[in-house]
Amino acid sequence: MTGVRHISSRTVVLPTKDIDTDQIIAARFLTTTSRDGLGESLFYDLRYRADGGDNPEFPLNDPEARGCTVLVAGNNFGCGSSREHAPCALLDYGFRAIISTEIADIFRNNALKNGLVPVVVDTETHRWLLDNPGAEVNIDVQDATVALPDGRKTRFPIDGFAKHCLLEGIDQLGFLRQHMDAITNFEENRPWTP
Amino acid sequence: MSASTLFEKVWSDHVVVAETADTPAVLYIDLHIIHEVTTPQAFSVLREQELPVRRPDLTLPTMDHSTPTTPVSSFKDLAVVGDDAANQIRQMEINCDEFGLDLIGFGNAHRGIVHVIGPELGATQPGKTIVCGDSHSSTHGAFGALAFGIGTTEVGHVLATQCLLQRRPKTLSIDVGGTMPEGVSAKDLILAIIGKIGVDGGTGHVIEYRGEAISSLDMESRMTVCNMSIEAGARAGMIAPDDTTFEYLHGRPRSPQGADWDTAVERWRGLRSDNDAQFDQTVTLDASTLQPMVTFGTNPGMVIGVNDPVPDGGDDTSFRKALDYMRIESGKPMTENAVDVVFIGSCTNGRLSDIEEAARVLQGRKVADGVRMLVVPGSQQVKNEAEAKGLDRIILEAGAEWREAGCSMCIGMNGDTVPQGKLSVSTSNRNFEGRQGVGARTVLASPATAAASAVQGRVSDPRIFS
Ligand code: SF4
Repeated sequence: MTGVRHISSRTVVLPTKDIDTDQIIAARFLTTTSRDGLGESLFYDLRYRADGGDNPEFPLNDPEARGCTVLVAGNNFGCGSSREHAPCALLDYGFRAIISTEIADIFRNNALKNGLVPVVVDTETHRWLLDNPGAEVNIDVQDATVALPDGRKTRFPIDGFAKHCLLEGIDQLGFLRQHMDAITNFEENRPWTP
Repeated sequence: MSASTLFEKVWSDHVVVAETADTPAVLYIDLHIIHEVTTPQAFSVLREQELPVRRPDLTLPTMDHSTPTTPVSSFKDLAVVGDDAANQIRQMEINCDEFGLDLIGFGNAHRGIVHVIGPELGATQPGKTIVCGDSHSSTHGAFGALAFGIGTTEVGHVLATQCLLQRRPKTLSIDVGGTMPEGVSAKDLILAIIGKIGVDGGTGHVIEYRGEAISSLDMESRMTVCNMSIEAGARAGMIAPDDTTFEYLHGRPRSPQGADWDTAVERWRGLRSDNDAQFDQTVTLDASTLQPMVTFGTNPGMVIGVNDPVPDGGDDTSFRKALDYMRIESGKPMTENAVDVVFIGSCTNGRLSDIEEAARVLQGRKVADGVRMLVVPGSQQVKNEAEAKGLDRIILEAGAEWREAGCSMCIGMNGDTVPQGKLSVSTSNRNFEGRQGVGARTVLASPATAAASAVQGRVSDPRIFS
């Protein structure tokens, strides 16, 4: 994972609430054994019509959306499955951050571990973003802020450790492995064994 | 020591390194269940970093998601759908072989859905921390374990260190009083709970289900309830272990044996939440008011009583979009809708009691013309037990299909899918758009409601058959 500090982009807006992981990447695309190419399957059944052509009504297919790296979504984005394929597909497609009023727990965890920034904002900011697709936003991971084009800045919550890992592109397995002695010690001294 | 909840007791028992403002806790994991879909990339990381699996003895590997469920006389004849799925299954065998893991593979009498076999083997126990690269890991919480779903990166962490980095979640008590009426099952209860608190009602929390309606449930029903905690957005769901739990576990292959059993039970008895323990949030519900529940939209929170009219949702565009996708009209009950497919199975309702519940409805009746009904046991053991009771014959005579164990139509990865536009009544846990196949319209319900719907050819109240 590479570090992420700033993200500046116009937004793509998917206003629907409760966008679940099956919509983000359908189960039939999970039979892969690597992480590459998942972006092609992102939102597949929404992006394409039954005949295989692009669905012109889907916001990602709007020519204006090309190259945008920030997705603004309805409340409770990423609910459902623990499939890490979901944040990986968003990253592979080109997104770097997701903005919503709520982001599901496991999805947020998986996103952070792969360098996709989950940004939870208040309903007022969210409303503005939903109403202004294509707005140029600036996300500063260090300050944990998102700045709107009129200069308004909103802070978003982010765990200190997760932020540090995002900024530095740190692999959390490395951090865990620094505690190997404590783990062995725990195993040897616990009052019961599983 | 101050009063603690069940969750707090299990949590504090597994903290290897305490959390600080800057760093999450290092939490020890007692049981790691793995399957073919969410592990290949984790094994690749181990290979790249030349790391072994730290505790093969605490790792339980099986195959369930992309495996076929078509009946075969020999596992050699098994036709896996698609090269990718076949490759994933082969890769799982290679990974287990290379890392010294005891795979419960094809032909093994214990193979089945991850969340069905853990309890069945007695590997799922009170007070354990249990994870799996599958969000319905919450199922194991029915035993008073802290169990939750993780992503593939975390699967790699647990394989390599037997630990996870975790922030402590908040606690939510769902207190269910009263007695459940006849004809209402655990599935109806959990659907009603999700309807009440919403699909994000549990976000950031671990739920503890409490109250007399919960403690009077048998273990399989408790698993159904905890299973769908994730559908309410919760990290995990738990139920305090009691005599019902201990009775279920006694004598299972991986349960503690002999004197160890007594010591374990004594320890397990101490896990229940202390009387004056505090929860961050509390919700109460009266079970005696429940009725059979069905979903009408595209998330499990869009749920109503089977005879109630579908609400209209006002100017909520997400709601309208869901009804459009489902082709469901507001103002009318779900019983107005014809059914094309019925699926009994999954880690929510694929256990023996679920199949018995469906068979009770099917006995001496026929699946309606034009309806395809699939009954898929959650494990080979469930399959064998059901066959020993003659349930397979009732199911086949009614005109339904009787399959090998697996996830099947719950996720539609193995070729068992609902055709485009068709309406399915399913005992699984997700009615998301396309979950059971492209364009599939899913109605979630209990096994009795699903079976009744198969017989009637439309969504049906199961109580008409009791
Ligand atoms: S039955 Fe469905 S929900 Fe359960 S583990 Fe399998 S795919 Fe996941």
